Amino acid sequence: MNWISDDMLPVIFLGLMGAAMLLYAILDGYDLGIGMLMIGQPEQHRDRMIAAIGPFWDANETWLVLGVGVLLVAFPAAHGLVLTTLYLPVSLMLAGLILRGVSFDFRAKVNARHKRLWDGLFWFGSLLTSLMQGYMLGQYIVGFDNSPYALLFSWVSALCVSFAYVLIGACWLIHKTSDDLQIKAVRWASFGLVVTAVGLLLVSLTNPLASTEIYNKWFSWPETLLLLPLPLGTVALLWLMRKHLQKMPYENDRLNWMPFVLCIAVFVLAFTGLAYSFYPYIVPLQLTVWQAASAPESLRVVLIGCAVVLPAIFCYTALSYWIFRGKSTALSYM
Amino acid sequence: MDALILARIQFAANISFHILFPTITIALCWILFFFKVRFHLTGEKSWMAAYQFWVKIFALSFALGVVSGITMSFQFGTNWPGFMETVGNVAGPLLAYEVLTAFFLEATFLGVMLFGASRVPPLIHTLSTLLVAIGTSMSAFWIIALNSWMHTPQGFEMIDGVAHVTSWAEVIFNPSMPYRLTHMMVASGLTAAFLVAGLSAYRVLRNDTSLGVRRSLKTGVYAAAILIPLQIVIGDLHGLNTLEHQPAKIAAMEAIWEDEEGAPLVLFAIPDEDSSSNKYEVSVPKLASLILTHSLDGELKGINSFAPNSPPVAPLFYGFRIMVGTGLLMLAVAFFSAVKLYRQQRLPVWMLRVLVAMSFSGWVATLAGWYVTEIGRQPWLVHGVLSTSEAVAQVPASSVAGSLVMYLSLYAFLLIAYITTLFYMARVAAHPRTLAANDMNGRSIAGNADMLTGGAQ
Repeated sequence: MNWISDDMLPVIFLGLMGAAMLLYAILDGYDLGIGMLMIGQPEQHRDRMIAAIGPFWDANETWLVLGVGVLLVAFPAAHGLVLTTLYLPVSLMLAGLILRGVSFDFRAKVNARHKRLWDGLFWFGSLLTSLMQGYMLGQYIVGFDNSPYALLFSWVSALCVSFAYVLIGACWLIHKTSDDLQIKAVRWASFGLVVTAVGLLLVSLTNPLASTEIYNKWFSWPETLLLLPLPLGTVALLWLMRKHLQKMPYENDRLNWMPFVLCIAVFVLAFTGLAYSFYPYIVPLQLTVWQAASAPESLRVVLIGCAVVLPAIFCYTALSYWIFRGKSTALSYM
Repeated sequence: MDALILARIQFAANISFHILFPTITIALCWILFFFKVRFHLTGEKSWMAAYQFWVKIFALSFALGVVSGITMSFQFGTNWPGFMETVGNVAGPLLAYEVLTAFFLEATFLGVMLFGASRVPPLIHTLSTLLVAIGTSMSAFWIIALNSWMHTPQGFEMIDGVAHVTSWAEVIFNPSMPYRLTHMMVASGLTAAFLVAGLSAYRVLRNDTSLGVRRSLKTGVYAAAILIPLQIVIGDLHGLNTLEHQPAKIAAMEAIWEDEEGAPLVLFAIPDEDSSSNKYEVSVPKLASLILTHSLDGELKGINSFAPNSPPVAPLFYGFRIMVGTGLLMLAVAFFSAVKLYRQQRLPVWMLRVLVAMSFSGWVATLAGWYVTEIGRQPWLVHGVLSTSEAVAQVPASSVAGSLVMYLSLYAFLLIAYITTLFYMARVAAHPRTLAANDMNGRSIAGNADMLTGGAQ
């Protein structure tokens, strides 16, 4: 891989980290969304909702480990800076992840009387994780500012990210379930869609206002014209999703995958916008990827591993989704 | 307390809680694979029944291992930023390879292994079990390579205070790595073996003497009896390796304060740091020299020769004795029950009770051993390269205290839940018709007990 120059390496790893984080938000996003939606549902629906994520959640969560892993491995200085700054939200998110992950298993194995408790903890863990991730995204966008407005924005961001997860979770349920649970999921998705749209608008407005540097990146000729597809595309996708959701579920369960795919597209566009704003910074306006990067020889070693292993990971992830394709059935070890 | 000691306690709490579960799952997955292979070879349903019970225990243990492991990947940044800033070029790729080659493999095929039995052919399902087992072992390989490098670093050069790798082969296969890896893998084997034996004994005591349970019991007891002598030999070799590379650790483990020829083996004492001496010492003359140098008059370095870069004595001295004591107890129990089981095909009630009491003995020995080796690395984080105090984060002590309290209460709660749930699952499996529990699918276990025998075709 000598044709890759040393200067290119940090950029490649930034891309890799971004891709892992985006995949995490999409994949574990639907797990967390479904976890948050479980509150107040009858037991039979809760079991179905769990079954829809059962075979996948563990691998989905691994993308977060890869994302943070790349941050740790490729940009150690940024890893330290970001995670010490976000110490408390990170700790709370980890507690949430722990509760969510273990409750998934405990709920199915404990005495029936205690199942409710673990379902409650599953919901709480999912909620805490989502809120903290959104809060940290908000903090990142405002450059770890601690002014009241910045904190308010971070909390709004916490809510919006949670609703975005609810949206994608509901979309996954539309694909994986049927009958009354599916009808419920359509309703949840419609509601999540509205809040997510408002959230996207807020972030889009706040992001350029956070600094003149980002402002100039968006509002200068001809960049503005070239960037126009991002907001317009997002609006079009959201509108299309709304149109579908109003009429769903279709006869013979046609197009049940459509909202989920549209939702992924929205996540990708939103992520692209953020990535454009912050490139080439890894810590907004403080540290560029080149300043934070590890030694090239170490990055090369990891890159070779990624080039060999990532395609294999994609293959067996696809295999797993294929094995568990179609409507989710009751989870059974048999 | 200052932020350094709080951060150390927090890291110790997190990693102690975490290691409990991989210690079980690394080897348990191979035991599950063994059950599946026996089932394929013999076609006997009892092997499948054993698999069906233990795969649930595996799933629960695995989930606890995964989520507590995620905490670890964040801890480096939240509490020890100096670690990655100084040796990130070494540690980073090793951790990355763990995620890439192990985590995704085990996490993805875990789904197939747990819930795919009805969706894939039996052999593919067994293959998934094998892939998860390989994944968990690979994960151990990478993390032990990194941990061993922190004890016996080589294959790098320091440029402007940052480690740069000169040879990956030397980094990965550093001097203590082969010993630590085998010691840990066998420790995992013992932990899983005693857990399998203990819970199976518990089921037998509850009058569940189906063939699947008896076979699990036998598997656990025999595995333990094979592994424990092996572990004692490996442990001895590991100790000699430590003496060569980290003599201060050995001096503290044996509570030898001054350089000594023909040093005695201290069986019991209360080491006193202030006076650099042992109180109430009970010792066997010349035995420590004999064990460690294989000569009666061999010279051993004392702790005072290494000051101030020497570890605290008491935790190493006690920790080492707890580990060895537990190991000897395991040896006695495993041998005795293996012989009994071989001759009479069954165990007396008191012996079954002993096995139940020993269910988590692997945890005690594993934790004690890790405490010895990790506290024995102090004051270094990376031996001779980076001290622990240099790597700690500038996070306010109050924040660390807050998160520490949160983690400790969470872990205490989960540990109680885990152990009680394991025994509850054993009770349910023993008496499916009297205790109503729900399986993954919400049906009662009673319904599944029929499937246990019927679903194995």
